[in-house]
Amino acid sequence: MNKITFLSMLRFRGGIHPRENKEATEHRPIEVTPLPSRVYTPLGQHIGTPSKPAVKKGDTVRTGTVIGEPSAQVSVPTHSSISGTVIDVIDLPHPLTGRLTTTVIIESDGNDTTEDEINSYDCSNITPQEIIDLVRRAGVVGLGGAAFPTFIKLSPPEDKPVDTLIINGCECEPYLTADHRLMLEKSKEIVDGTRFIAQALGVKNVIVAIEDNKLDAITAMKEAVANTGFQIIKLKTKYPQGAEKQLIKACLNREVPSGGLPADVGCIVQNVGTAFAVRNAVRFHRPLYERVVTITGNGVKEPKNLWVRIGTPTRDLIEFCGGYNGEPQKIIMGGPMMGVALADDSVPVVKGTSGILVFNDIREPSEQDCIRCGRCIEACPMGLSPTRLNYHIRAKRWQQAKAEHILDCIECGCCAYVCPAKIRLVHSFKFGKAQLARMK
Amino acid sequence: MIEKRTTQLMVTASPHIRSSITVAQLMWLVVTALLPALAGSIYFFGLRALFIVLLSTGSAVLFDGLAQYLFGKKSTVFDGSAALTGLLLGFNLPPNCPWWIPVAGSAFATVVAKQFFGGLGHNFINPALAGRAFLVASWPTQMTTTWLAPRGGNISALPATALKICTDAISSATPLNVLKHGTKMVLPEFNPHSLFEQLHSWAVIKNLFLGNTGGCIGETSALLLLMGGIFLIILRVIDWRIPLAYLSTVAVLVLILPGHKINPINYTLFHLLSGGLILGAFYMATDYVTSPITQKGRLIFGIGCGILTALIRLWGGYPEGVCYSILLMNVATPLIDRLTLPRPFGTRQKDGKK
Repeated sequence: MNKITFLSMLRFRGGIHPRENKEATEHRPIEVTPLPSRVYTPLGQHIGTPSKPAVKKGDTVRTGTVIGEPSAQVSVPTHSSISGTVIDVIDLPHPLTGRLTTTVIIESDGNDTTEDEINSYDCSNITPQEIIDLVRRAGVVGLGGAAFPTFIKLSPPEDKPVDTLIINGCECEPYLTADHRLMLEKSKEIVDGTRFIAQALGVKNVIVAIEDNKLDAITAMKEAVANTGFQIIKLKTKYPQGAEKQLIKACLNREVPSGGLPADVGCIVQNVGTAFAVRNAVRFHRPLYERVVTITGNGVKEPKNLWVRIGTPTRDLIEFCGGYNGEPQKIIMGGPMMGVALADDSVPVVKGTSGILVFNDIREPSEQDCIRCGRCIEACPMGLSPTRLNYHIRAKRWQQAKAEHILDCIECGCCAYVCPAKIRLVHSFKFGKAQLARMK
Repeated sequence: MIEKRTTQLMVTASPHIRSSITVAQLMWLVVTALLPALAGSIYFFGLRALFIVLLSTGSAVLFDGLAQYLFGKKSTVFDGSAALTGLLLGFNLPPNCPWWIPVAGSAFATVVAKQFFGGLGHNFINPALAGRAFLVASWPTQMTTTWLAPRGGNISALPATALKICTDAISSATPLNVLKHGTKMVLPEFNPHSLFEQLHSWAVIKNLFLGNTGGCIGETSALLLLMGGIFLIILRVIDWRIPLAYLSTVAVLVLILPGHKINPINYTLFHLLSGGLILGAFYMATDYVTSPITQKGRLIFGIGCGILTALIRLWGGYPEGVCYSILLMNVATPLIDRLTLPRPFGTRQKDGKK
């Protein structure tokens, strides 16, 4: 069974259509970045408890050596992405949160010696539990950006039966093309990984969701899913189509309850990059130590899609892309809508890094008072009223903000994008949520 | 190695890209949409109309800036909102009113109705309409008798044959005035019925549609106002819900409620095209600040405006009710907002937690 379904009536509320700006990199094959001379690997690269250091200063490591052991239930190991010597284990600010995090600094010996021979293992009789263990041991986390440990998503609680697996190939953030290229170049491998995920979950119904601005990827994936029974859904290009809850709504018309998880509606979403990483973990026992990163924006000379070792400093990648074009004003890790602005270009790539954007012409507009135009309410995919929430937060009415569902905000940025008064709504909501978390 | 950078990188919360639309752009777009109607007013009422509108617009910008300066606030006089308020106020004045009327109205609109409450975004009633209400309450004579006959027509928009059966009062009565007090304007030897027959004739409808009628400076040409209004809807500057709900509510109510209905269709068209209804529905009821922020709320708001306008016109003391209807619904806006907030994602009953 092999069908493409056109479900244009199925959609989610709100959303925006920003300029995609993917032209610079969408047709550029993924290049392999030269081995970095040094990697900085934070031991907390996923949601949950950071792993604890398994190496010390002076140790010799190979590519794939465990350098951080999982320390709790919601935790995965961290691996060395190059071979060489540990030159220090110190606390450095985390690339995304800025909090001090134990970071292993490794100097490369230039050989890229792997931990084991690269073997292809026989997977014909593998059990779901074996898949889950291999995925955990390989340190696989969600590569769409949120970096939630994948093995947990593969073992949903007994009382929440999962009937559908959605493989997320939307890549709705402007500028990013990492998932797009991966689907074109590694479509068979993604489908292979998807098969393992479906097997671990015991799910028959598998959907690969792709936005209609990537027709070549749809064609490639359609060929790759032949004879698998997997279904490809072409979705309208709209941001944030790839957000978990919006994607489930668009594909299945199910609404994940407020405060709930996709498993509450019998669904699991995995990114295409994650499916690829799962395949490496299961078939080759290969840990997650590299990923695809899009380097683009007008501040970089030659935008590219790159295979990047985790821990590589941003500066190395920009250098490989021909260096800065003009004076960089803003460097963003991730997409322009939800990415994090970096304070320095020495910040390393982590597992959740889908892109590095460099801009040389950013003008931060000044805020004006809200004119109550209502555009933020129309744009909010979560059905919230951003302008009201903003007033509550500025007036320190935390409980009122909570009552109007601020905790459901996914920080997609649609409200701030459309606001003609240029109010920093997401900034305000992050602050409000942090205040509420502190009050717990 | 690439050289160490010397300048600091900018660090802000996401999102890092913004749409290009700004408050000033939105305001100036509305001003632009009103320009054809302004040109029409100058054609029909002469340079006097332009003089009054320039006075009201200029003094609105001046008083707005002055108030911001006195209150120690950052000046936003060029964001177009004061100019728009002044322009709309000018559109709501009779063309032959004394020169100080637009000045006093603009002062009240920008200083009292807008800046006293915190400036753009914080006023709870439409400043231009507040200015008009203030003028009508303070100088009723200057506001209701200083009409001018349009070029090649007369104030009542009636054909010459209809004028012959009326007293002199007809020469200074607008079409809505004729509708309200027409029976008293007919000479005793004629049947009032024939006046209303003429009032709802196609000739009058055509005059109202093109703007060949007496009335406030900017409200007369339905055609030019509709053009601008549709332009704003296509550009998504204003929400179609308010004008559509407003106009259709008025249409339905005047059709079903009792009145001088000789020809129901023409009678309904007469109501839609006369007075300030088109101007109010497209340009003043849609004011962002004083209308609901939710789409459902905007429908309710438009319906509310329509009901009030129809009631005032049919049974109220004034021939026209657009201004007060919108002002009253402005006051109801916070309540409408609260009752029509969208349903947050994931709170649908049937989903529940499985």
